Amino acid sequence: MTDTPKGATGNGTDSQWPLWEVFVQPAQAAPYEHCGSVHAADAEGAMQNARDVYARRGEAIGIWVVPSSAIVASKPEDAGSFFDPADDKIYRHPQFYKIPRGLKGF
Amino acid sequence: MSDAPQPRASMTPSEQKAEDPQRIAEFEARIARGESIEPKDWMPDRYRTQLIRMMSQHAHSEIVGMLPEGNWITRAPSLRRKMILLAKVQDEAGHGLYIYCGTETLGVDRSELVDQLLTGKAKYSSIFNYPTLSWADMGVIGWFVDGAAIVNQTVLAKASYGPYARAMIRICKEENFHKKQGYEIIATLANGTPEQKAMAQDAINRWWWPSLMMLGPSDKDSPNTAELIKWRVKRKTNDELRQRFVDITVPQAQAVGLTLPDPDLKYNEETQHWEHGAIDWDEFWQVVKGNGPCNRERIAARREAHENGRWVRDAAEAHAAKKAARNQPAAA
Amino acid sequence: MAEERATSTDTLLEYCLRLGDDRLILGHRLSEWCGHGPILEEDIALANIALDFLGQASHALEVAAAAEGAGRSADDLAFFREGVQFRNLLIVELPRGDFAFTIARQFLFDAFSVHLMDALQKSAEPRIAELAAKAVKEDRYHVRHSAEWMVKLGDGTDESHTRLQNAVNDLWRFTGEMFLADPVDDAAAAAGIAPAASTLKEKWDAVVNDVFARANITRPADEVFMRGGRTGKHTEHLGHLLAEMQIVARSHPGAEW
Repeated sequence: MTDTPKGATGNGTDSQWPLWEVFVQPAQAAPYEHCGSVHAADAEGAMQNARDVYARRGEAIGIWVVPSSAIVASKPEDAGSFFDPADDKIYRHPQFYKIPRGLKGF
Repeated sequence: MSDAPQPRASMTPSEQKAEDPQRIAEFEARIARGESIEPKDWMPDRYRTQLIRMMSQHAHSEIVGMLPEGNWITRAPSLRRKMILLAKVQDEAGHGLYIYCGTETLGVDRSELVDQLLTGKAKYSSIFNYPTLSWADMGVIGWFVDGAAIVNQTVLAKASYGPYARAMIRICKEENFHKKQGYEIIATLANGTPEQKAMAQDAINRWWWPSLMMLGPSDKDSPNTAELIKWRVKRKTNDELRQRFVDITVPQAQAVGLTLPDPDLKYNEETQHWEHGAIDWDEFWQVVKGNGPCNRERIAARREAHENGRWVRDAAEAHAAKKAARNQPAAA
Repeated sequence: MAEERATSTDTLLEYCLRLGDDRLILGHRLSEWCGHGPILEEDIALANIALDFLGQASHALEVAAAAEGAGRSADDLAFFREGVQFRNLLIVELPRGDFAFTIARQFLFDAFSVHLMDALQKSAEPRIAELAAKAVKEDRYHVRHSAEWMVKLGDGTDESHTRLQNAVNDLWRFTGEMFLADPVDDAAAAAGIAPAASTLKEKWDAVVNDVFARANITRPADEVFMRGGRTGKHTEHLGHLLAEMQIVARSHPGAEW
């Protein structure tokens, strides 16, 4: 993992530090969810800032921080080819299948 | 809440130069269907500009808004009040941070936004240019100013731009305590000694009209409103929001036996709304132009914090660079 | 028997005032940063730490008020005592200075407080043990935060290094007071209420030396140490701090807020 992400360090002489994306685990066994961003100079700073900004009300039991520049995101123009083909694969869903009436606890 | 993180640097799509009427029509159809616009989606330049203007103005207001209340943290009259006020002002910093981050998804860096505030290019809410003169102001600000902000933000939580709406949802959740703690301060003062009650009434008298103005110029003088509503950046007009705020607040004042400083305030049985007297819009525009009681002090305080913090920000960055260089394996 | 009880009551009261006043005054100084921090994220971080200290102070002063048994509340103790009645260390009342001074002070205090709270978890006085069990977790984060900033500033730029070294030099003579033994400290240790302050010195030294080394900060020589806070002999700064802190409460004695 890179400690110091490149870029996003401001356009002038002043720096507000690079941007990091913050993911929190809200409860035991729950998946991590994106909750926002923080600026930080390095990984430890990002972790502390994420804790201070996004876990002030006991919202988290775990935190991930990731340099924003390390995120690879799908593009809106890919949405058609990426996601529409999944729309008609109804056989992937359990409700597609019939089971004999009266059968319990399948 | 699941916000799709976006790389910020290459945000502005190059194909945006030509504003194809077809694309605009498709975009507006998406808005009309109630879809949420995400950072990488195509959007008209004007939509992006309006959003940056409105969101950064909102973020700046949170940050400048820390100052009038911050003024009383060191003088809060009990340990409980001291902690509540500090936590509340800290929340404002958090809210500013969330909205700045939301604005950054539109391809603008926070340092640029901060610069716009400090150089006076960007505006912030007029209300924070009024001075806080007594402890009761902490109550009235929570009750009126946060009350008005909640009216506004509840609606913005349904705004068309995803990152803005999501920031608003988080903010609204956190802000619920802000208004309550303010009203609790006022209710306590109203039931306290005669001096305390007078302090509360005085604060109400000073903050009522600026709070009404805070919801923005009257619809007829608000050139941006129509476009913002069309694009669902705003969902209600300033006058609609103001009416809602007045309707909510009047009974709350009555409940604690304090009066609002408007001899023309009356209930209209037919419309079932409280009607308020004429707002002094000259005062509002003077404050917006920079001639309010504290405009200069507020910006001076922000500039001072920014300048005094520069060496700190530089140090953290220099340390990070050194550490990264040290961790780099020796060049082959 | 009655005399013995009076002594242990006084010890508990005095000891809790020390715990409470250190954290009240330091929390107050930190809260002065709110809205004026070097960057938004750090503004929020400093407020969190200030809130932890104010919470700890509130708790300690409640125990003090109960020990005193004179019908006074934690708020009465915070807002209606004179400066000479405050029992905090001198180091916490010094003006906040620049960010380097604030960080250096936090670090020097945090490295002391975290070990104190760790030991106080085993206090014979259950109300103090309860306070410490909560506070030690907060303090572990505080020292992580301030130590990280020590290294950032010490290693960062020439300017940040100079500012930090100057701050450490200025603060050093106020650190000895943390480990001074006096009759209250001895009595508290004898009663099992608290560890003798001197026993924390070795642990504090270890943390301080480690972080100074990583921050490239020179440890100043132990020459003269200032003292007096524990017996009410304060710097001139405390009076001004209290004048501000107590003005509203004192203008309306007996009022509810």
